[in-house]
Amino acid sequence: MKRRVDGLRSEKAVRMALATAVVTAAALTGAIFLYMLVLAFPLFAHGHVFRVLIQDWAPLQGRYGIRPMIGASLALSFGALALAIPVSLGCAAFVSIWGRPKPALFVRRFVQTMTGIPTVVYGFVGAFLVVPVVRDVFQAGSGRCLFSAILVLSLMISPTMVLFFIDAMESVPKAYVLAASALGAGPAEKFLWVILPCARAGLITGVLLAFGRAFGDTLISLMLAGNAAVFPSSLFHSVRTLTAHIALVIAADFQSLEFASIFACGVVLYAVNAAIALVAWNLRSRLLENRP
Amino acid sequence: MKTTGRFFVLNIWVVGSALAVVSGAGVVIGFVIWRGVPALRPSLLFGSAPPWKAFWGHVPVFDGLWPAVLGTVSVVLLAVGFAVPLGLAAGIYLAEFARGRTKQMLSVAFDILAGIPSIVIGLFGFSLSLSLHRFVSPRIGPCLLLSGFCLGVLVLPYLIRAVQSALEGLPLSLRLTALSLGAHRIQNLRYVLLPSSLNAIATGVILAIGRCAEDTAVILLTGAVALAGKPRSLLENFEALPFYIYYVSSQYTSAEELQRGFGAAIILLTISLGLYLIALSIRHGIGRRVFYGR
Repeated sequence: MKRRVDGLRSEKAVRMALATAVVTAAALTGAIFLYMLVLAFPLFAHGHVFRVLIQDWAPLQGRYGIRPMIGASLALSFGALALAIPVSLGCAAFVSIWGRPKPALFVRRFVQTMTGIPTVVYGFVGAFLVVPVVRDVFQAGSGRCLFSAILVLSLMISPTMVLFFIDAMESVPKAYVLAASALGAGPAEKFLWVILPCARAGLITGVLLAFGRAFGDTLISLMLAGNAAVFPSSLFHSVRTLTAHIALVIAADFQSLEFASIFACGVVLYAVNAAIALVAWNLRSRLLENRP
Repeated sequence: MKTTGRFFVLNIWVVGSALAVVSGAGVVIGFVIWRGVPALRPSLLFGSAPPWKAFWGHVPVFDGLWPAVLGTVSVVLLAVGFAVPLGLAAGIYLAEFARGRTKQMLSVAFDILAGIPSIVIGLFGFSLSLSLHRFVSPRIGPCLLLSGFCLGVLVLPYLIRAVQSALEGLPLSLRLTALSLGAHRIQNLRYVLLPSSLNAIATGVILAIGRCAEDTAVILLTGAVALAGKPRSLLENFEALPFYIYYVSSQYTSAEELQRGFGAAIILLTISLGLYLIALSIRHGIGRRVFYGR
């Protein structure tokens, strides 16, 4: 009986300790957002909240809007997605249904290993391989432009997306695929009319998370996109993303509005990625409910 | 495989995109190796200093990567030392004790934390150092300790999720055996559940180490610099491999420096891929043999 009581007491103590840890960890999520908001406050106090988001970047004229950076981040992420989605979808189809077992396994292992390549190495190779090629082929100034960044970024986000797509395609119930086979469907028909529609929710989650990764990536845009703070108007112009803006302005005077603008960038980045996490979470929980 | 008519295009697309992904990454790895291998000499790490003495830190290294390697190792150790205990505790709580609405709220919070871009976490660390500078001590600025803390925050959600899914993946029969023999919940956790999920947890920790070692955006804002020598104190700036690679790409002045940048890229790539392969082999059951001898 005494052992039982001891056990209960120690369980209570351990439980308290673990609960403290989990609350600390969860509080970090909120603390980061609050910090960004508080430090961006001078900017919001001086003008209208929306002025920050829609104005241009012209520090000498006292305009500290981050519209060009928002535009550049969006253009870069959507560009990279447009390039990466078809390729990732094809690659995932190769691994999960198309290829013969051996090549399929090789591609799967290779893609898994690719997730371990450091982002800065992608950026470095981009700077010394992709940038000169873009410069020479497209006559694009220094070669550091939206297009170079899109090329490398799409390669960077592909492996995660491929792995998500493979998971989604393999979780389609075998019975459906077999039924389609029994009705005389070939591999292509099964892929187009059975697997793609059934795996829809998983595919969307993969795309969303890849978008978050692309939107939040710093090193590739910082090293390859050229960093001119103008609204993107052409694939071959130099642009500056929200993330690169944070990295570049950090050296400025700490009291200035210029400095406060990087926290506005932080707030936007945080909000977009939090929204993506929420939608993805919602999709996933709905997916679990639907499954028998 | 029969492919005729309109599905021919589909076939080409699928095989072509598999080839494109593989060859894209192949080009990245191949290019780094091709340009970096000529730099792989002892002088890459130790410059003109005598290697053995420089290894133990008796002589300073000015034109080699050794200080950056030491900096990366120490910042990763700090980050893991902070994040692993916290992540382990939080993961255990989520898997074993949290229920219902609390569990849902907590998982959403960690999903959001996992989605925060690393530059925003770096910015958080940077502004934290500004506040500490103003309110605690003017000696505090961006430093090794701060970088370690922020990298820890960066990998915390991954660790929590690894621990949680490791514990939740255990079969119910294993969960119930010790309890039905009269063990209480903590004993069950300590002697049954944690040891059986050790492989999965170790995999998570190693992947977290890899992510700490490669992340650049966080240390860019929280204290990594190009020239600091070997890390001396927790409250000083430090050098790190990924930061060095970024620095070289933007402002190299000579062919040798560029060459050293490629050398650094090879070292970082080897570390990341090596850690990844170790994690993979542990997942396939080597850890148990190492820790328990069977």
